[in-house]
Formats: sequence, structure tokens, C-alpha cells
Amino acid sequence: MSTNTEAICRRYQAHAHVRTLFLAFAILLLIVATAIGLCCGATGMSFWEVVSSLLRDMGRGHSIIWMLRLPRIVMAALVGFGLGLAGVVFQAILRNPLASPFTLGVGSGAGLGAVSVILFWGGGFQTYRVACGAFLFSLVSATVIIAVAKMKRASSETMILTGIALMFLFSSLTSLFQYMGTMEQVHEIVFWFFGSLSKAGWNEIALAAAMILLPFPILLRRAWDFNLLASGDESALALGVNVNRLRMWAVAAASLVTAGCICFTGVIGFVGLVAPHITRMVIGNDHRFLLPASALVGAVILVTADTLGRTLWAPQVIPIGIVTSFIGVPFFFYLLMKRSREYW
Amino acid sequence: MLQAINLVFDYNGARVLESVGASVEKGCILSIVGPNGVGKTTLLKCIAGILRPAGGSVLIEDRDTFGMPRKELAKHLGYVAQNMPVRFSMTVFDTVLAGRRPYLAWRPSRKDLERTAKIIEEMNLADLAMRDMDRLSGGQAQKVLLARALAQDTRYLLLDEPTSSLDLRHQLEMLEVIATLVKSKGIGAMMAMHDLNLAARFSDTIMMLHRGRMFCSGTPSEVMTPENIREVYGVEADVRRENGHLHIQPLRCAGLNHPL
Repeated sequence: MSTNTEAICRRYQAHAHVRTLFLAFAILLLIVATAIGLCCGATGMSFWEVVSSLLRDMGRGHSIIWMLRLPRIVMAALVGFGLGLAGVVFQAILRNPLASPFTLGVGSGAGLGAVSVILFWGGGFQTYRVACGAFLFSLVSATVIIAVAKMKRASSETMILTGIALMFLFSSLTSLFQYMGTMEQVHEIVFWFFGSLSKAGWNEIALAAAMILLPFPILLRRAWDFNLLASGDESALALGVNVNRLRMWAVAAASLVTAGCICFTGVIGFVGLVAPHITRMVIGNDHRFLLPASALVGAVILVTADTLGRTLWAPQVIPIGIVTSFIGVPFFFYLLMKRSREYW
Repeated sequence: MLQAINLVFDYNGARVLESVGASVEKGCILSIVGPNGVGKTTLLKCIAGILRPAGGSVLIEDRDTFGMPRKELAKHLGYVAQNMPVRFSMTVFDTVLAGRRPYLAWRPSRKDLERTAKIIEEMNLADLAMRDMDRLSGGQAQKVLLARALAQDTRYLLLDEPTSSLDLRHQLEMLEVIATLVKSKGIGAMMAMHDLNLAARFSDTIMMLHRGRMFCSGTPSEVMTPENIREVYGVEADVRRENGHLHIQPLRCAGLNHPL
């Protein structure tokens, strides 16, 4: 190997090293954010009290950590992870920087599902029923989009336009149902749309974790194919990617992840849009690194937002969807202003 | 040999290609010329397996490509599009490395990295290796796309108007690079071309398409005649040989009296 070739390889490896370091840094940040989140709350607890409560059954402290704070934080981390992951996948397959887990109507489908259950199927096991409704309706959007794309070739434009049409349809139906509901029902619906982690228990976490984490290795395995999609469908096809099949599977997997995020916590927007961009600005577009890194950044954002939501106006808890936008939007604007390039 | 035999392609009920055949040997360049919309790009896409023709077949060393898995085909045939939509930009190294996709495991091997670096060096792109694609000029980006196709280690290349967005200097540079690669590595190349002078200068054989059919094919001097150009392009042209090269000078549109 010539000296020049060796030098190019070394520069690439140094570049790859930076991306690996970023992944390690994001994991570290998530651990720190989790630790801070565990220490913050209505009942003041020092770091060492939290650690001993975590490890030993010490009455009240143990209950606060294991029954209240830890489930919230784990759910926040899971949902942030899922939205950050699904955001990258939707942006890659639709080749659109404006895409997010909600672009294809998955979010509005979930909203319609939740509203329908609150309105027509109230009573016991309300949390599970609402989650079930949200989950099923969010998959309806994905199914319709995949069916339309299959009939009309799976171009990204077809998918986006179908998603937008579905979003308007579902939003109109949601508004109609809200109009028909009682004051209490409308209150519950509005609260659901804010997004909340307060209903997170370990059973819900296990279900959400299965939906969010199981598709992750499948998506990560296709990282090279997502890289190739960025250079156009034809180039990807010529390099051996079955573009239509990839789009279908990726939509199905990312919709499942999104549904897992939404069904127990409501609509927590914005993370799925900004986590990929924040990550992309630091480590670039190689999806082998971008997929896990964006998921981790999403988790850090949501855990931090939850801690702020619980502490800024304590004992009131500000819904996480609101806090996420409040801290995310200025930060995102800052990054946009700093960015000198035209493309993503 | 790469052969396309009797390819037929319909688009929305209209016939775009009617029994078109083309072939190229290793170490040779075939240019496909013809007016806009005649089916040059469609023909290349059918051969590349991007479009599925209604009839005909494509053979690589007598092996039919239509039954071949995509990944397998990508080891035999490289395709370079006219340009690349830059939305989510990657570095030059990552872009060229992506050309190794048919061979890649999730983590690129030492061999993949070395092969990529070697191609980048050969294409004089070493200084740009870690630059993002969106920061390159049109000529540089086109070279990177060619480098990516070379990273596929294929025996045949399909190039869709490789000089379409380049200035005169870069057009010549790009075609010199292609011609050198074809001869030195023994690759067979099919190019869709607009510029008749450049096509005549850099091709071993030329195929002229007219209304979705092959009008004529042969050596540049056999194909680039005033009669063929008048018939296919509707342009009166003067064709002369100077310094060993054919020079095609368009004079006027056929049927019009004023010169171009």
C-alpha cells in the first residue's frame, strides 16, 4: 500500500474515531442526565441517598425511586430513543429534512385512536385502552401509506403526500370528536395531546421497550442502504439496494417504534425532528453512527426535559411535550444560525 | 462482453425503446447518441436493471442479468447517474466507500478501506477525501461518482451523460479519465452523450438512436456522417477529419436557410 493510500486510510479512521467518541459521549450524557433526574423531585434526595435507595430496600426512598422517578426516567429515555431513531429513518427514506415520526400521519392517527377510545370506550383500564387505540390507529396510517406506495411505486413524494392527506383527515376527525365530547372528556383529550410520562409503570415500560428496541437492530443492519438512498433511488438500485422493499420495511419498522413511543405517553413532538439534525451537524450522515447517536441524543433531550418539567415549577409538573419544545426550539435555532452550509 | 438484445420499453403506453440492441467489449467505449428524449438514458437504465424492460435481455459474458439478484448484478455492472441529489451529504471517502456495498459487511474490512483509498488517490481526490459532497464543484462531484462506481470493481460501466454539467475543461478532463481507466483496467463502458465531437473523439464505437430505434452503429467515422446527422437531428453539418480527429460543425437546421 502506498504512503498516500495509507494516509487517506488514517484520516478516515480518525474521522470514524470522532463518531465513535460522540456515541460514547452521548451514552455518558444519558447516564449523567438520568442521575440528575433521579436526584431531582419534590422530596430532596442526595446522590448517595439515591444510590442506596436504588440498591437496598430502604422504605420511602426506595419507593420514590423505584415507583415514581425511575419509571418516568426510563420511559422518557425509551421514548426519546425511539423518536430520535424513527426521525432518522423517516428522513432517510423520504430524503427530506422536514420529515419526522409524525410526517406520515402516524402521530395524528395515534391522536384519533386515543380520542376515539376516550370518547366511546371509557371505563376501567383506561390507560391500556387509550394506548391500544393510539397504537392501532397509528399503524393504520402506516398501512395505508404502504398500500398506496405499493400501488403507485414507493416514491418518497407519494408517501409524503399520502401522509399529509391522512394527517388532515385524522385531524379533522379528532376535532369533530372533541366537538362532540363532554368537558371532562375534552380535558382528558387535551392532556393526552400534551404528552405525559406520569402514567409510566414498569408494565407499560416493558411493552413500550419491546416495540421501540426490537426494530432497532433490524434498522441498524440496513444502515448502508440508508446511506445509499441519500444519493438517489437510481444510484441505490444500481448498487444493489431493493429500494421499494427497503422503504416499505423501514416505514413499517419506524411506525412501530413511533407507535410504541406515543401509545403510553401521548404526542411528544419535535424530538423526532431535531435529534437527527443535532446529531447530523456533529457526526455527519453515515447512518451506521447516525442511527444510534440520534436515538441517544433523543433520549438525553427527553430525560433532561422531564427533569426540568418536574423541577422548574415544582410541585406542578409541566407536560413534557411543552418543555421539549421550550428547550429544543431555541437550541435548534442556535444550531441553524451557526450552520454555514446549504444542505444537511 | 456486455450485450443488450432487442430491448423494448414502454412508458405510460407509449413505446420508448423498440427492439434496441447494443454491445461493448472490455477495454472499449461505446457512446450512445441521439436527440433529446430518444431513449438514451432509458436504454442505460434498462441495462443497469433500474428499469424493467417489456422485452429483450441483457447478457454479461453470456449470462442473463434479469434473473440475477441486485447485489450480484452490482458486482458486474456500475452505473453513474448524471448527477446526485445532495440532500444529506456524506464525505467523499464515505461516498466512494458506499460503492463497496455489494461486498461490504456492516463494518468495512481493511481491504475495503484500502481499495477505497487507492481509488481516491488514483482519481486525484486525496485532498478532498474528508470533504462533504455538497462542498464540491460539479466536476469534482462527478469524479467522485465515477470513483464510487470504480469501487464496485465491476467489469462494465454505464455512464449517463458524464459531462452534462461540466465546463469545457472539465468535460475533457472527465473523458480523459474515463478513457484512461477503460484502457488501463480493461473495463467496458457505455456512455450516453450529447456532444457529437466529444463522442467521436473518445469512443471506439458509436450507436445513434432515432425515435426509440437504433438508426446506425459503427466506428465514429461510419456513424458521424452529414447524412446521418441530417436524418436524426434535422441539422445540416460539415464533418471533417483534422489532426486525426473527426470535427462535426453544425451549419443550419434542415429546412431552414439561415445558418446556426
